[in-house]
Amino acid sequence: MGNVGRKLAVLGLGAVGRSVLELADAYGHDITGVADSTAAAIDSNGLAVADILGRKDRGEPIGDADTEAVLAGEYDTLVEVTPTTLGDAQPGFGHVRAALERDKHVVLANKGPMAERYPEVRALADESDGELRFEATVGATIPVLGTIQDYGPEMITAARGVLNGTANFILTRMTHEGLDYEHVLAEAQDLGVAETDPSFDVEGTDAALKCVILANVLTGGEPGFTLDDAEVEGIVDIPPSALELATEDGRTVRLIGEATREGVRVGPRLIPQNGTLAVTGTQNIVQLSTVHAGELNLSGRGAGGHETATAIYADIARLPE
Amino acid sequence: MNSEVTTQPDGGENVRAYTVRMELVDEPGELLNALEPIAVNGGNLLSIHHERGSLTPRGRIPVQVALECVADRFDDIVTALQDAGITVIEAGEERYSEAVTLLLVGHLVETDLSDTLAELESCPHASVLDFSLSAPHNAEDVSSARVRLAVGREALAETLTAVRALAEEKDLRVIEPQLDDWGG
Repeated sequence: MGNVGRKLAVLGLGAVGRSVLELADAYGHDITGVADSTAAAIDSNGLAVADILGRKDRGEPIGDADTEAVLAGEYDTLVEVTPTTLGDAQPGFGHVRAALERDKHVVLANKGPMAERYPEVRALADESDGELRFEATVGATIPVLGTIQDYGPEMITAARGVLNGTANFILTRMTHEGLDYEHVLAEAQDLGVAETDPSFDVEGTDAALKCVILANVLTGGEPGFTLDDAEVEGIVDIPPSALELATEDGRTVRLIGEATREGVRVGPRLIPQNGTLAVTGTQNIVQLSTVHAGELNLSGRGAGGHETATAIYADIARLPE
Repeated sequence: MNSEVTTQPDGGENVRAYTVRMELVDEPGELLNALEPIAVNGGNLLSIHHERGSLTPRGRIPVQVALECVADRFDDIVTALQDAGITVIEAGEERYSEAVTLLLVGHLVETDLSDTLAELESCPHASVLDFSLSAPHNAEDVSSARVRLAVGREALAETLTAVRALAEEKDLRVIEPQLDDWGG
């Protein structure tokens, strides 16, 4: 095995960061630094994870250090799980740069830097002795990027799929129950499937960011794509009558994202009801079109704390010694 | 592996969609005269696009017919048309080889539904096969429609672009089909 006992610095302590801490012991790694948006804790011998999470739960500062101290501290892999930001992708981009410039490995779940500044991040990684991995940015546990890397990006012509569980849950419920969008959205919010502000998911932005990352991986960043290059349409205001008409005809509507070397499109699409892409609930699916081996389907849970942390630990296991 | 023999209903095998472009003399009964050989020879009419307003340089009326038939009857149909004195400009399978279904959402009735249909029908490489409307109970709500188009394989992208432009003009929303042909 060999790939245990790494020292991890974790930036971001939302659902994903929390899961990274909770699972560190199971994967045999130490957390030597952790920062949330207000405070940080460092210990080069490994922090007591339960204490950190206890302080976080009680609303207390998790420590007396700050993010800068974590970045300058002792670790061999930076786990960047701060919230995804658009445009300059800060502060995530700065965190990635700081770690790569110190020749540390970087593993991201934050989509911002990989979607908005891919060529720059790639260049920093090329200059660094540290390695860059970001499996968790696309479909959480679903091994999309690892598979593309295994086959070689040049052997994949395109990727498409259902990449947002919230939107998929809403469309599935609307179709099965004949309920309108607002009603199902409220239900999804009650169940914790949708955020209080669901715009990122239902307007297609989240799915588009994942597709932009996929397009960047396919081109290697030449050319690089950003969210501005994507053609994006969400699922807001699709009436139940449209879904009924689809059902009558043996079809259904899903929010589908497509990434090719030419660009990215995301929008509601009409697909066969029993087709591969018609996953239900919060399930995600990604289809890869290969040059020599037809179509490959990868599906699973595309979001969630433990699901995303699982992808992060898979990336950590892929890092060189 | 032994292959099982599957029986198919009459005419169920190898039915394809075709287009025939003709020029008709502007005389009463000429259109009927042109359609009869199709029906008599086993063709199933899908649509007729009869541009009475736009005459050809020779003063004839261009008519475009989409039909379905068993592949080996198509030549009979074309011959029968020619025998009936009809000028066949183009006849072939290449233009309507795929059926695509899409949804339209918006104020379909208020934005002149028949005009929308006419616009769709006027796409040079598409023909409306089927149209289902679901109108709202409340007049302020949007309605939805399911449209099935026969489209030439080569013209699919072009047709979808035309549909998008039409939808934008009328502030309608298109839910496009996810095409099987992807990834190059």
